[in-house]
Amino acid sequence: MKNKDKPPELQPFFDKNIAGDVVPSIGISMPRIDAYAKVTGRERYAADYYGFDMIWAGVKRAGIPHARLKSVNTQAAENLPGVIAVLTHKNISGSNRQGVIRKDQPVLVDDKVRHCGDAVALVLAEDKETLAKAIKLTSADFEPLPGVFTTETALEENAPLVHEDHPGGNVLLKASLEIGSVQSAKEHCDVLVEACFETPLVEHAYLETEAGWAQLKEDGKLEIVASTQTPFRDRMEVADALGLEPERIRMIAPYAGGAFGGKDGVTVQSLLGLAALHANGRPVKMWWSREESFIAGTKRHAARMYYRLGAKADGSLHSLDTRLYFDTGPYDHLGGVVITLALEHSGGPYRIPNVSFKGWAVYTNNPIGGAFRGFGVAQVTAAMEQMMDMLAEKLAMDPLKLRLKNAVRKGDKNCVGVTLTHSTGLVECLEAVARHPLWTERAAWKSKAGPFKRRGAGIVALMHASGYGPVVPDVANAKVELTAEGKIKVYCGVVDMGQGNAATNLQIAGSILCQNVDRIELILPDTDRTLPSGSASASRCTYTFGNALIGACETLKLRILQRAADLLMVDDCDETALIPGAVRHLPTGREIPLHRLATFMNESERTATQRFRAPTAKEIPPVGNEIRLHGFPHTLFSYGAHLVRVEVNELTGVVDVKRYLSVSDCGKIINPHVYEQQIQGAIAQGIGYALSEEVQVNEGKVLTADLATFIIPAASDVPEIESQPVEIYEPSGPYGLKGVGEIATNGPLPAIANAVADACGVRIFRSPLTPSRVLRALRERLSEGGVH
Amino acid sequence: MKRIIQMTVNGEPVELAIEPNRTLLQVLREDLELTGTKHGCGLGDCGACTVILDGAPVNSCLVLAVQANGREVLTIEGLEENGDLHPIQKAFVEKGAIQCGFCTSGMILSAKALLDHNPRPSEIDIRTAISGNLCRCTGYQKIVEAIQAASETMAGSGGDAR
Repeated sequence: MKNKDKPPELQPFFDKNIAGDVVPSIGISMPRIDAYAKVTGRERYAADYYGFDMIWAGVKRAGIPHARLKSVNTQAAENLPGVIAVLTHKNISGSNRQGVIRKDQPVLVDDKVRHCGDAVALVLAEDKETLAKAIKLTSADFEPLPGVFTTETALEENAPLVHEDHPGGNVLLKASLEIGSVQSAKEHCDVLVEACFETPLVEHAYLETEAGWAQLKEDGKLEIVASTQTPFRDRMEVADALGLEPERIRMIAPYAGGAFGGKDGVTVQSLLGLAALHANGRPVKMWWSREESFIAGTKRHAARMYYRLGAKADGSLHSLDTRLYFDTGPYDHLGGVVITLALEHSGGPYRIPNVSFKGWAVYTNNPIGGAFRGFGVAQVTAAMEQMMDMLAEKLAMDPLKLRLKNAVRKGDKNCVGVTLTHSTGLVECLEAVARHPLWTERAAWKSKAGPFKRRGAGIVALMHASGYGPVVPDVANAKVELTAEGKIKVYCGVVDMGQGNAATNLQIAGSILCQNVDRIELILPDTDRTLPSGSASASRCTYTFGNALIGACETLKLRILQRAADLLMVDDCDETALIPGAVRHLPTGREIPLHRLATFMNESERTATQRFRAPTAKEIPPVGNEIRLHGFPHTLFSYGAHLVRVEVNELTGVVDVKRYLSVSDCGKIINPHVYEQQIQGAIAQGIGYALSEEVQVNEGKVLTADLATFIIPAASDVPEIESQPVEIYEPSGPYGLKGVGEIATNGPLPAIANAVADACGVRIFRSPLTPSRVLRALRERLSEGGVH
Repeated sequence: MKRIIQMTVNGEPVELAIEPNRTLLQVLREDLELTGTKHGCGLGDCGACTVILDGAPVNSCLVLAVQANGREVLTIEGLEENGDLHPIQKAFVEKGAIQCGFCTSGMILSAKALLDHNPRPSEIDIRTAISGNLCRCTGYQKIVEAIQAASETMAGSGGDAR
């Protein structure tokens, strides 16, 4: 069992149990190719490498939220036997700065500590025990500075500055948009509803914490294997931060053990690269502990959102005024992009003629706000969809009918002024919910609540944009190869962090090239082997890469058929067809095996590539260039409608989610299993967001740095989820598909909040809806003399 | 000072000299290279490191390797028989119960421990049995379906002797 001398295996494992005779086709549930290696424990994640002669690297974290760094004391650690190096910012010859838009995060702190998780020193040791001791022995002298821990205090005039050199002070980015006039429109509204919502800081809690390993190869190449969503961008970031030529760096991204946005951008990569440069060619491994992942990893932005919604007496929305404050922590990461997407979605999937939206991404000394499935949309949907129910109540209108009345349809302008030119299936989703027994029979179900129980049903309407918006090119480059052995290699440019896009790539290639599963090999993202294809994020993976892959496969198919026609000496390649392992001339039945055909073709002939760039909105809404750069606006949206039934225990305040229905317009479906996985998993995450998940922070220090105090749903907390697709063909998508990765995350919080309000007549403006908050709301209602 | 321990891992006898403060999880992953057993938290909260120790599921991060001395350990690598997937593994593949896969090993071993003791569990039995195994990807539904399907297959074939 023990064999440490062999080099770590980089290829994904393929099992002989694979149903090799299956030729994939589109629209069927076929088992994911990655499932076989995962189910046997053979798949090797970035965390699973224990190479020969391996060194462990770890980080000394600041542990103080805001301070000037005076010195780092490395001597005691360096003197410890088994310690190889203790590195500080002085060992970095590059910019020592990381960031996707604004490069404001140091690899190792040089001037200032800006949050507790900042890395102060990097320690390399022979084993983990020595590493832990050496990290303890490393210390730093700080000059503590007053910190800013709420967006309110950060925006005060004389607030301490997180970045003294930032022209906007503590405002990383302010985004705003005005259409029509909310001021004059208000006078024409029959009803106005106002509220302020607060949503919490949330941890991704992927099972595989941030991990990877790196090695400086003999040829001078720095090889980094990491659990990441963004290998191509990582390479540029690491190169810039460490002062290396990008070509010197090879990033490899195996299947990730979950990511959800938390691995969108560098985590261990630059640190590992730096460590490998000081490891005498030995492989170096880094794997953050769960606590470290909580403290140093990015989070879903905590948000405070002020809403004022006005409508006519007939329920038509007339004006919406929002102010969004997102706590982005000390670094941009993707905070500017998150607030911009939040702004774009802050009015929901409705027609509203007069809007004034303002959003601030605010620097603080709290943990880093960043990308998290939903990407700002989860927050604003929580607010807007509760506003819709509050409005319905005030109008004494059915909340579903109110949504249907205002729902966007294809050809409408949405509330940020973009004409919807792609498939727009919101009405179909809402109508499916309206017909469903969970909705039509809710009154009878509610009336059967037992003693001290209250039952309620809640609905929401959803939309979620796909891709990067108008400026940053949303591009994928696919490559597919007929190997010399006559097999097909698919070079996947986009990471599979668990969502199943690698298996979908195999399904697409197998279907076009008519090859069975065991004749196809996937090459996972690797900057030396696969082509740049953007991030695994933004509900774009299969939409963008799938389109490129279809093109590459069609090109290769034509070339194979043409060359086969030549060799078979027939005129027309239309009479030839690919079959598993061969090309057949249909009129005569003659065949040429692919492995033989391949010997007649040189490498460049056996390879096809294709680029795809996602479409962008052609209209230019009234926003500044800065906001466009951050991704505003989008043109392609997925839609959905959710329904939840809850039972509230009046004695304990516990909200029990009984049933969940999701109807989604994410275009046509390539693999129904993978589609359902995305919906069901996102809803479970959303239920956690609604009811239990909250990273508690005091003066910048995380108080809930483990999975015993930060509670994510377990199997017993998640109800039966019914997922119905509304399969509307989207002409720009691969086989008519749109993105499904994020949209369902946005539904559960407002749906559950609406259901709790329906059950008990209380609305809780601060989430999660923990038992104590629910109980408090119930008591307040009682003391107000309210009768339910 | 190192201690000599003997245990049976996936049916094979193993003898190791190890530091007494090392966990079973560390020894499995680092010494025996059985990296199918995952480390998710190291605190017994997530269940990713679940293995079966003398027939009972345990968080191997909370068991010292010396405590496994003289005992039998089953990890995910030991579940296949003659190259065939165990019915639970097969059901996980076929029902789409796997996404990122990092919880899968522990989840399957908790399911096996359940089905070994309760061959026809209800949905609530299943959800309770795996409630110590956190999954952040699937929403659990397909995992529950897979365990239900496996229980039917295994009951149909007269149960699983292992």
